[in-house]
Amino acid sequence: MTSALEFDDVHAGYGPFRALFGVSLSVAPGEAVALVGSNGAGKTTVARVASGLVRPTAGAVSVGGVAMTGARPYRFAQAGVAHAVEGRSVFATLSVEENLTLSFRRVRGRAGVRGGLDQAYESFPALARRRHQRAGNLSGGEQRMLSMARVMVEVPAVLIADELSLGLAPKIVAELYDDLSRLRAAGTALLVVEQLVGHALELCDRVAVLDHGSVSWTGSSSDARGILAAGGLMGAGLAGVGPTGQAPLDHEKAGL
Amino acid sequence: MATDSSSVGADFLRAVLQGAPPGAVYALVALGFVLTYQTSGVFNLAFGAQAYVSAAMYFKARLIWGWPTVWAVLLSVVVLAPLVGLTLEVLIFKHLRSASAVSKLVVAIGLAVALPNLFDIIASFKPASGVTPVGVVPGGADVFYSVFGLYRFSRNELVDMGVALVAVIGLGAVFRFSPIGLRMRAVVESARMTELNGIAASRVAAFSWALSSLFAGVAGVLIAPRFNTLGSSDFFSLMVVAIAAAAVGSLASLPLALAGGLGLGIVIAELNTFLPRWGTDSAWVRTVQDNLTPSVPFLVLFAVLALVPGIRRVQGAGDPLAGVEPPPTARAGRPDPRRALAMRLLGAVVVIGGGVVVLTRGDQLWVYQVTQAVVIAIIFLSVTVITGTGGQISLCQGAFAAIGACTVYQLAVRYDMSVLVAMLLGGLVAAAVGAILSLPVRRLGGIWTAIATLAFAYFFDAVMIKLSWVGGGAASLLRGTAVPRPTLGPWDLSHEKAFLVFAAVVLAVVAAAVVALRSGTFGRSLIALRGSEVGAQSIGISAARTRLTAFAVSAFIAGLGGGLLAISQRDVNYGANFTPFAALFWTVLVVALGSRSVPGALIAAAAFALFEPLVLDGAVVGWLTRERHPLPSLFPIDGKWLFILFGLAAIQFARHPEGLVEYGLSGRSRPARPDRPRGRRSPNTDSAAAGDAAASDQRPAMRGNRS
Ligand SMILES: Nc1ncnc2c1ncn2[C@@H]1O[C@H](COP(=O)(O)OP(=O)(O)OP(=O)(O)O)[C@@H](O)[C@H]1O
Ligand SMILES: [Mg+2]
Repeated sequence: MTSALEFDDVHAGYGPFRALFGVSLSVAPGEAVALVGSNGAGKTTVARVASGLVRPTAGAVSVGGVAMTGARPYRFAQAGVAHAVEGRSVFATLSVEENLTLSFRRVRGRAGVRGGLDQAYESFPALARRRHQRAGNLSGGEQRMLSMARVMVEVPAVLIADELSLGLAPKIVAELYDDLSRLRAAGTALLVVEQLVGHALELCDRVAVLDHGSVSWTGSSSDARGILAAGGLMGAGLAGVGPTGQAPLDHEKAGL
Repeated sequence: MATDSSSVGADFLRAVLQGAPPGAVYALVALGFVLTYQTSGVFNLAFGAQAYVSAAMYFKARLIWGWPTVWAVLLSVVVLAPLVGLTLEVLIFKHLRSASAVSKLVVAIGLAVALPNLFDIIASFKPASGVTPVGVVPGGADVFYSVFGLYRFSRNELVDMGVALVAVIGLGAVFRFSPIGLRMRAVVESARMTELNGIAASRVAAFSWALSSLFAGVAGVLIAPRFNTLGSSDFFSLMVVAIAAAAVGSLASLPLALAGGLGLGIVIAELNTFLPRWGTDSAWVRTVQDNLTPSVPFLVLFAVLALVPGIRRVQGAGDPLAGVEPPPTARAGRPDPRRALAMRLLGAVVVIGGGVVVLTRGDQLWVYQVTQAVVIAIIFLSVTVITGTGGQISLCQGAFAAIGACTVYQLAVRYDMSVLVAMLLGGLVAAAVGAILSLPVRRLGGIWTAIATLAFAYFFDAVMIKLSWVGGGAASLLRGTAVPRPTLGPWDLSHEKAFLVFAAVVLAVVAAAVVALRSGTFGRSLIALRGSEVGAQSIGISAARTRLTAFAVSAFIAGLGGGLLAISQRDVNYGANFTPFAALFWTVLVVALGSRSVPGALIAAAAFALFEPLVLDGAVVGWLTRERHPLPSLFPIDGKWLFILFGLAAIQFARHPEGLVEYGLSGRSRPARPDRPRGRRSPNTDSAAAGDAAASDQRPAMRGNRS
C-alpha cells in the first residue's frame, strides 16, 4: 500500500541554518505516528516540510505516492495534507465563521459551505456560540477546537498536529485526542508531534524519536512505553522526552 | 461668499452641498487607500504616485495623442493602473510578505518618489502648467445642475460623488462578503496559513494589488481636472488628506472612509462660510480662518493617531507562521577590518582631495554645489539620529530644518541678531518643537510615528510657514526671505570658499557629536529600545524620556542644518528646500544609503547635491575624456533619474536596513556564525567525522558537513 506521507532522506533548514539531516519516515493511511524529541530537535521542521512550508534542500517528500518535493504549501493542502501548526493556527482577524468558510469554500464549493458550517457547529457547540467573534479573541482551547473543526468536517488524507496539547486543560486535551482517533478511524494518516508523550503513545501505533535533526529511534508504541517505564534509554534518544526529564546539555564536549 | 440676506440655515446647507464634491474626492482616495491597506497589508504611501501615473497617462493619451476618451480611459485606468500594481506586487512586495510594517512603509515612500519620475521619463511626459486636464465626462466642468437653488454641482462633481458611492457599496460588498474578499483578508494576515488552506496566496495577492491599483487609477483620472497642473506632489498631499479621512474609520472601514472624506470636505466648507463673518470683528479669527481651514485634515489625522489608540491595533495580528522565515542575514556587524580601513582611507582621501581641489581650482558653481552637499549632510545627520539610532521614521525633518531657517531669518532680519547666534538659537527652537511633538508621538511607534510626523509636516506647511512670525507672511512674498552672510572674527563668510570651510567645520563638529552620542549611554539606550521596548524598560531605560531626547537632538541638528542652508543660499527658500514632499526624499536617500552611520549620511548628502552635476550632467565623463571629445550626446541625463535610482534603492531597506554603504562594506554576505554548539551526540548517529564533533542544531550550510 502506498503511504499517505513519505519522507526519504530529507534535509532541510532555514537559510544558512540546517535543521534536518536525512530524515526518513512514512505514515500509512489510517496509521498514527508520534514524533517526539527534545526542544529544538526538529519536530516542527519535519511538520513544516510535510506541509510544504519549508522546502527540503535534499531528499524527497511524497503525499499519497505523488512526489511533492519543492511544491508550494497550497499544493500540499490540495493533495489532502492538513497542518495544525504550532501555536496559533487560526486567522485572528477573521471571525470564527469566516475561518471555517475559508476552508470549506475551497474543498466543497459555494454550495457546500452551509452544510459544513452546520456540521462544524454541531460537533463544536462552543464555536456556534461565538461564530461572529474574532478568532483572535477565542481562548487557546477554543482556537484549537476551531482548527480541529476544519479538519473534522472535511476529513484530510494526512493530518499533522504540532503540539496540539500545549497549554490546554487535560479535559480538552482528552477531547482533542478523541477527535484524532476518530479521524484515524476515518482513514486519515496522522503525524502527531508531542512534547508530552503520554496521550500520543496511547493513540499512536508507532513512535519516531527525533534527535538533532535525524531520526534516532523508531519502534512500536508498546516498545517505547516499555523503554520509558524502564527509566528511559539515553541511547535511544528518548531521554528528555516525557517523564524521564531533561537530557543534560553537553556544552563542553560539543564546544571542541 | 456669505450674503447677509440669506439665513444661517440656508448657508449651512449650502456649505454642506459645497463641501460634498471635494469631500467626495478625498473619499475616493481614502477608499483606495483603505482598500490597499486592507488587502495587501501595506501602508501604501505610493498610492498617490499610482494615481498620478494614471492621471498623467490619461492626460497624455487624451490631450497629446488626441485619443477619444474611452480609449484613453481604457489605457490609463483599465490597463496601466492594474499593471503597475501587479508589477509592484511581483517585483517587490511579494518578497516582503513577512517584512515589518515599517520596512514596507519605507519601500512605499521610495516608490512614491520614484514612480512618478519613472513614468515621466518612460512616457516622456511633462506636466504643462496651467493646462487643466480634461475630465472623463463631456462638458464635465461646464454643465451644472442646481440643487434647491443653493449650489450648482458640475457634472464632474456629480461623477466623483457617484463613483465614490458606488465604490463604497461595490468594494465593500466584495471585501466583506465575497469569497475573494475573504481570501484577500486572510492573505493579509498570513499568506502561509492561507496556503495551508489550499489557496494560492500569490494569486490572491496579485488580484488584491490589481484591484486596489485599478482604483488608484480611477481616483487619479477623476481627480485630475481639479488640479491646475498635474504634479505628483499634489497627489501626494491629497493622499495625506485622504489618510486623515480614512483614519476616521480606523483605516479599516470603507463606509467610514467615505463618511470621513465627505465630513472633511463639509467641515472645511462650513468653516469657510462662517468664520469670515466673525472675522470682520476680530483679527485673530481671520488668522485662524486663513490658516486653520487648510490644516483641518492634518489636525484630524494627528489627533486621531495620538488620541485613538485603537487605530494602531488594527493590523495587530502578526503572521503566526513568521517563524518559518529564516533569520535575516547577518547584519554587517563587523565588516572585514582591512576592507573597512581601506574604505576609510579612501573616504578620507576623497574628502580631503576633493576639498583641496574645490578650494584651489573650483569655480563658483562647484564651490556652491559642494557647499550645498556639506550643509545638507548636517541635516541628513539628523535622520541618522532619529532613524538610524532611534529606529523611528520621522517624515517632518523638513519642518524642523525650516524652523531653523526661519529662526535665522526672523532674528537676523527683524532683530539684527548675529546670524551665527541665530543659527544656534534656530537649532534650539527646533529642538523645543521636536521635544513637544514627541510627547504625543513617542508612544506610537512603527508606521504611526511616520504618519503622525507626516501630518505635522503638512500642518507646518499649511499653517506655520505662512505666519508672519515664522515664514515672514505676506511681507516675505514681496521681499523674499533674505538672510545675510556673517563674518566670524577675521573671516568674512560672504566669500564662498571661506563659507565652505566654515560649513565643513560645523559638519565635522556635528558628525563627531553624533558619533559620541551613539556610543554613549544615550545611544545605547536608543539601540536597546530599537531592539525591544519592553526589554529595555525592564532594565530601567525610560522609553519616553529617551525618545523625547532623540526627537529633540534630531530636531536640533536639523534646525541647525536648516539655518546654515538658509545662510548658504542667502535665503530661506522654503518652497524649494523644505516642503514635506521634498523632505520625503531626504529620508529615502539616507535610509537607502545608510541611516546607521555617519558615512551613510555624508554619501547621501553627496548624492543629493552632487549626483546630478557629477554623473547625470556628465562632468565625470567629461573629465575622464579630457575634453578631447565632446560629451557624448547621452548627457545631460534627466535629473529625474536621481529620484528614480535612489527611490528604488530604498526598496532594499526591507532586507538590508543598514543601507547600501554598510552592506557594500561588509562584502559578500557571509552566513551568520552558528550559535555556540550545544547538544549531545546520540550514539545512533555517526559521530566519527571530526567536523561533526561540533554538532549543533544550527549549522551553516557553507560547511556542508553531512550533506
Ligand atoms: N526560522 C528559523 N530560523 C533559523 N533556525 C530555525 C528557525 N526555526 C527553527 N530553527 C532551528 O531549527 C531547529 C529545529 O527547530 P524546530 O522548531 O523544528 O524544533 P522542535 O523540535 O519543534 O522544538 P520544540 O519542541 O521546542 O518545538 C532548532 O535548532 C531551531 O533553532
Ligand atoms: Mg516545535
